[in-house]
Amino acid sequence: MLTQRLLLSDRGGMIVLGLVLIAMVLVPVCNLLIPETSSLHISTFMVTLLGKFLCYALLALAVDLIWGYCGILSLGHGAFFALGGYAMGMYLMRQIGPRGQYGDPLLPDFMVFLNWSELPWYWQGFDMFWFAMLMVIVIPGLLAFVFGWLAFRSRVTGVYFSIITQALTYALLLAFFRNEMGFGGNNGLTDFKDILGFPIAADGTRISLFLASGFMLIIAYIACRYIVTSRMGKIIVSIRDAETRTRFCGYKVESYKLWLFVFSAVLAGIAGALYVPQVGIINPGEFSPLNSIELVVWVATGGRGTLFGAIVGAFTVNYGKTIFTSYSPETWLFALGALFVIVTLILPNGLVGLFKRNKKTPTENTVTAVESKTETAATKETV
Amino acid sequence: MNIFSQARRTLGQPDPNFGAPLDTTKGTILYVEGISVSFDGFRALNNLNLYINEGELRCIIGPNGAGKTTMMDVITGKTKPDEGSVYFGQQINLLELSEHQIARGGIGRKFQKPTIFEALSVYENLELATAADKRVWWTLTQQLNSAQKYRIDEVLLQIGLAELRHKDAGALSHGQKQWLEIGMLLMQNPRVLLVDEPVAGMTGEETEKTAELLVSLAGDHSVIVVEHDMKFVRSIARKVTVLHQGSVLTEGTMDQVQNDPKVIEVYLGE
Repeated sequence: MLTQRLLLSDRGGMIVLGLVLIAMVLVPVCNLLIPETSSLHISTFMVTLLGKFLCYALLALAVDLIWGYCGILSLGHGAFFALGGYAMGMYLMRQIGPRGQYGDPLLPDFMVFLNWSELPWYWQGFDMFWFAMLMVIVIPGLLAFVFGWLAFRSRVTGVYFSIITQALTYALLLAFFRNEMGFGGNNGLTDFKDILGFPIAADGTRISLFLASGFMLIIAYIACRYIVTSRMGKIIVSIRDAETRTRFCGYKVESYKLWLFVFSAVLAGIAGALYVPQVGIINPGEFSPLNSIELVVWVATGGRGTLFGAIVGAFTVNYGKTIFTSYSPETWLFALGALFVIVTLILPNGLVGLFKRNKKTPTENTVTAVESKTETAATKETV
Repeated sequence: MNIFSQARRTLGQPDPNFGAPLDTTKGTILYVEGISVSFDGFRALNNLNLYINEGELRCIIGPNGAGKTTMMDVITGKTKPDEGSVYFGQQINLLELSEHQIARGGIGRKFQKPTIFEALSVYENLELATAADKRVWWTLTQQLNSAQKYRIDEVLLQIGLAELRHKDAGALSHGQKQWLEIGMLLMQNPRVLLVDEPVAGMTGEETEKTAELLVSLAGDHSVIVVEHDMKFVRSIARKVTVLHQGSVLTEGTMDQVQNDPKVIEVYLGE
C-alpha cells in the first residue's frame, strides 16, 4: 500500500532511483575491483565527481520540494547547503589535530595564524562526529525557522521572498569572509586529513562517501514522496495554486510554508555536509548568490514539481558544466544563461516534461484560457 | 500585563471553542455593529450595521464601491476595521481571530472569481475542505474516515458534480467551478455562508440551478449573497439589504426596496 503510493505510482522516480542504485553498485565495483589498466575502470576522480553530483541532486530535490510544490522560490538555498558544509568542515578541521602546519593540538591552522590563543566557544563539541552531524541539521533548520517565521508571518511572498533570500545568502557570504568570524575567512576550511578515522583521500573512503550520498538521496526522495503524496502534499499544492482559498478552508498557511521550508533547508544542509568531505574544501564562495540561482536553473531544466526532475536536472546541468568548463571555460556562463532562456520558452516542464505524456493537452489549456477571458468579459457586463 | 497581551498577539490567539453550541438565543447569528474601514482616507465602510438571523437567506445589493466585498473581508478576518465590532453568536468576537480560525469556526466564504484548487480533482478539492484537524503534523498522516467519505458523497450530490468526482477541477466549466466552491464551503459544516456574486458569468440554466442550490441551503445555514443580477436576486430573495457608500441604505423585501425612492436615486442617478 505504502510502496504503491510512494514508489510504484511514480514511474519517472522509479527509473531515476533505479539508475542511482545501479550506479551505486557499478561504481564501487569498477573503481575497486577492476584494475586501472582496464577500460572499464572508473577513476577515483570520477567517483568523487559523481558523489558531488549526488549531493547537488539532493540539494535540487530540496529546492523542488518548496518551489515546485509550494511555489516558494528560494534564491538562498545555497546558504543552507553551505552552513551544513561548514558544520561538517568544522568537524573535519578538529580531526586534523596536531598534524596541521603549525602543529597546534587544538587550534586549526588559521587560528594559530591569527594569533588566537584558545578555541572560540562555537567550535566546542565539533570534535565529536555525532555533535557535528546534529549541527548539520540544527543550524540550517534553525536559520530557516527564524527566517521563515518572520517572512511567512508577515505574508512575504513571490518575488519579494526571493529577493530577501538572496540578501540572506549575500549577508552570510560577507560575514563568512571576515577573518574575525572564526571560520577561516576567505580561505575557508581545508586541508582535511581524515573522517571517522579513515584517510579522506583514500579510494575506500571516497567510495563510502559516494555510497552515503546515494543512500541519503534515496532516503530524502522517499521522504519527499511521502510528504507530497499525503494530504499535507495536496494542501501544499493548494497553497501554491490558491493561497487565499486554502486559508479560507481553515488551514494556517504560514505554518505549512514554514515547516516545509525548514525541512527543505535541512535537506540542503545534509547535502552540504556530504559535499564538503568529497571536494575537500568549504569557503565563503559557496554562499555566493550566483550558486543559489544556478541551482534553481538545475531544477527548472530537469522539470519542477516532479521531484525526480530535480535529480535529472542536477545531473545534466552539472555534467554539461564539467564538459563545458574543460573545453571552453569562458563561455559556460553564456551557455547557462541560454539554457535558462530555452527552458523557460520551450520546455516549461523541463527535460522530464519531454518524456511525460501530460494529462492536460495544450489544446485543453488554450480552451480554458479563452473561457476565462470570456468569463471576465461576462462579469464586466453584469457589473 | 502589557507584555503578556503583546506576547499573546504575537503568538496568535488560541482557537476558540467553536465546538460548543453557538449562543443564538436571540435568533441572530451574526452581529455586525458600527463598522468603519478606511483605505488611505477613502471610507469603504461607514458605520455599517447588519444583523443576520439564523437560517436566513439574505441578499445584499448595492452599486459598485458600496463596500460589499469589504464587508465580507471584515467578517472573514481578511481586513481589520478601524471601529466597530463583529460577533458570531453572542460570545465569539470575530475581530480577535485570524482567517483560518474563522473558517474553521463555521463561516465559509465564496469568492467573486471561482477559486478552487485547479491541479486537484473534484474529490480532492472537497477532501481538503473537509472539517478535520488542520494542523500541519496531523495532515501528514491523516486519511479520510468513512463518515467523511460519506459527507463528500453527500455534498457531491448536492452540488450536482457526483459524476465528475475524478475530473481535474481545472477542467470544469465556469458554473461547475462555482458549485464546487460552494461544495467546499459545505464540507466545513458552516453556520454562515458568505457568497460573493455566485452567478456572474453563468448561463441562464446554470443561474437557475444555483438559485435552487442556495435556496435549499438556507434554513440549515445562514446564507448571505452579494449579487448584481437583479433578476437573480428577485428569484431567491426574502430580505434584501441595500448598501450605499459603506452603510446600509435600506432593508426590506425586494418590492419594498425597489420602490424606495432613495434606492431609485442611488441606482438611476438624479
